[in-house]
Formats: sequence, structure tokens, C-alpha cells
Amino acid sequence: MKIKVNGEDKETQSENVLQLLKELDIVPERVAVEVNLGIIKRADFENCKLHDGDTVEIVYFVGGGIYGGQISN
Amino acid sequence: MEDKLVIKGIEFKSRLWIGTGKYKDFEETASVVEASGADVVTVAVRRVNIVDRKSENLLDYIDPKKYKILPNTAGCYTVEDALRYSRLAREAGVSDMIKLEVIGDEKTLFPDVIGLLKATEILAKEGFIVFPYTNDDPIMAKRLEDAGAAAVMPLGAPIGSGLGIRNPYNIKIILEAAKVPVIVDAGVGTASDAAIAMELGCDAVLINTAVAGAKDPITMAEAMKHAVIAGRLAHKAGRIPKKLYATASSPIEGML
Repeated sequence: MKIKVNGEDKETQSENVLQLLKELDIVPERVAVEVNLGIIKRADFENCKLHDGDTVEIVYFVGGGIYGGQISN
Repeated sequence: MEDKLVIKGIEFKSRLWIGTGKYKDFEETASVVEASGADVVTVAVRRVNIVDRKSENLLDYIDPKKYKILPNTAGCYTVEDALRYSRLAREAGVSDMIKLEVIGDEKTLFPDVIGLLKATEILAKEGFIVFPYTNDDPIMAKRLEDAGAAAVMPLGAPIGSGLGIRNPYNIKIILEAAKVPVIVDAGVGTASDAAIAMELGCDAVLINTAVAGAKDPITMAEAMKHAVIAGRLAHKAGRIPKKLYATASSPIEGML
């Protein structure tokens, strides 16, 4: 199926959020995930099924202080 | 003598809070944090780069067990964005603390205080420990406190400007009225600015650019650590009143 991850189109076989994170080589404990603007709790990563056309956002912490993170990048 | 900062039951070991933006790499960030003696470290929330994945993570260098990770909503210009980033930060992290920024203008990076107040109210109701970055406006500080802010974080000067504490009298008025801790956020340029903030009676200072942008960030981090301690002690000791004319320190008696 085709989904959008962090703004990029992606073809994936992953059926749920946990599988997608594994596919992307992302440690689940270090990130937060949104599917179609709804936050998915870490405990629900495996239960959260992905569907064609879903928009997924995966975020983590980066260096930043007071407006430290560069939003434009 | 115990002089610990406690906010909502959380004990803070240092009154210097450090931002982690603008360093050349994670090693430098970690060395700076260590040299500063800070236990609060602010971070931003951003997309994981899924195209060019680097295995390194900031939290591999800044241990969340050792430091209090304070995520911010830096770069948010609307209440909606600030709420979204706050909620994501809570999921990604380990605590309910959020350094709330609702920026009003790109050039000055001054806060949009109307948006800030709305977001503070909503997040406080959701159980967040909200640290709003605000103007040096005593009325707004009070409003934020009433809306449930855990502390107020007035700017000393615009973010990254290094202009120091431009309006110490307003900060003083904020301090007089505040029932929550007051933490100066933004504007510090060098160690004396941090000391001034603490001498005024502020509970802590948050510094990023003044350290990250110094020629030698690690040494500046150490300077800030001492400045914050010195300023705090001076505040507690109570300074002498300023006078126009001299008062001799040595006795007159016994002179030839």
C-alpha cells in the first residue's frame, strides 16, 4: 500500500505502526507517532493498523533551546 | 543550607537550564551540558529523517535518567501547532513538562501572548507542567500563572540577541507579584547577564545561544554555572543600597 511518512510517499508492506518503525529501523521507545493527525500511544503501536493513503508522522527529540531547532530544515 | 528549586514536586539540582540547539555535534552538546552543571536540558521536537537515517540520537548523549529533558514547542506560531507539538513531546518523552512557545513574529521571535495564554490554559488542564516563554510583562505573567503555568519564563531580551536583561525593573515587578517561580528565558549574552537575572531574584535562567555561540562553549558553560550560583548567593545575601557619595570602610580612630 501507499502511505505518506514524514512528508514522503512510501510504498510499504507494514501492516501496523510497530512494523513500519521496524522497517524504517527506528527504535519505538525514542519516538512519538501520529497517524492522520491522531497521536498513537506507544502501547498501541502494534494494534494501530495502517491503511492505504494514511499520513504518518514520526518525531523525536533534537537539539533545541529557545527556538533552537531549525524549523525550515 | 538547602536552596533547591522545586516546581510541582520536581526537585531541580541546578538553577541553570541549558538549551541544546546550535552545537556542532552531540559530543560538544554533552560536554557543554556536563560543564554547565545543569540538570534541565531543553530539546526540540522534529521529524525523524526517514530518507537519510542516522543511527545517532541526542538521547544517546544526554541520558534522560541523569537529566530532566524539557521539550519545547519552538517554531510554533499557532495555538494548534503548539498543542500538537506538546502532545507529541509528551508521547516521545518521559514527563509532562513542556516549555511552551507560541511565537508571534519571525523577526523578533517575541511571543504571541494571546495564543500563549490560550495554549497554557488548555495544556495545564490536560495535566502538563507548563513553562511558558513570555514577554517581560508583569500583567501577562500573572495571567499565565492564573491559567495554570507551573512557572513563568519572561525574556530578558529577544531570543539569541545577547542583549542581556533589558528591563530589570519589569522582571522585578514580575517577581514581586508571582506565586510561581520566575525563570529568565532568552537574551542572556554573557555570564554577568545571568548573574544579574539571579541577583534580581529569579529562580533560574535558561541559556542556549550565549553558550552555543561562544568561541569556547564549554568554558562559557562553566562561566554560566558560576554566574548563576554567584547571582543566587548575592540575592540571598542582600546587596547594599546604592549611594551617590563615598562611605569610608576603614575606621577614623587611631589615625596619626
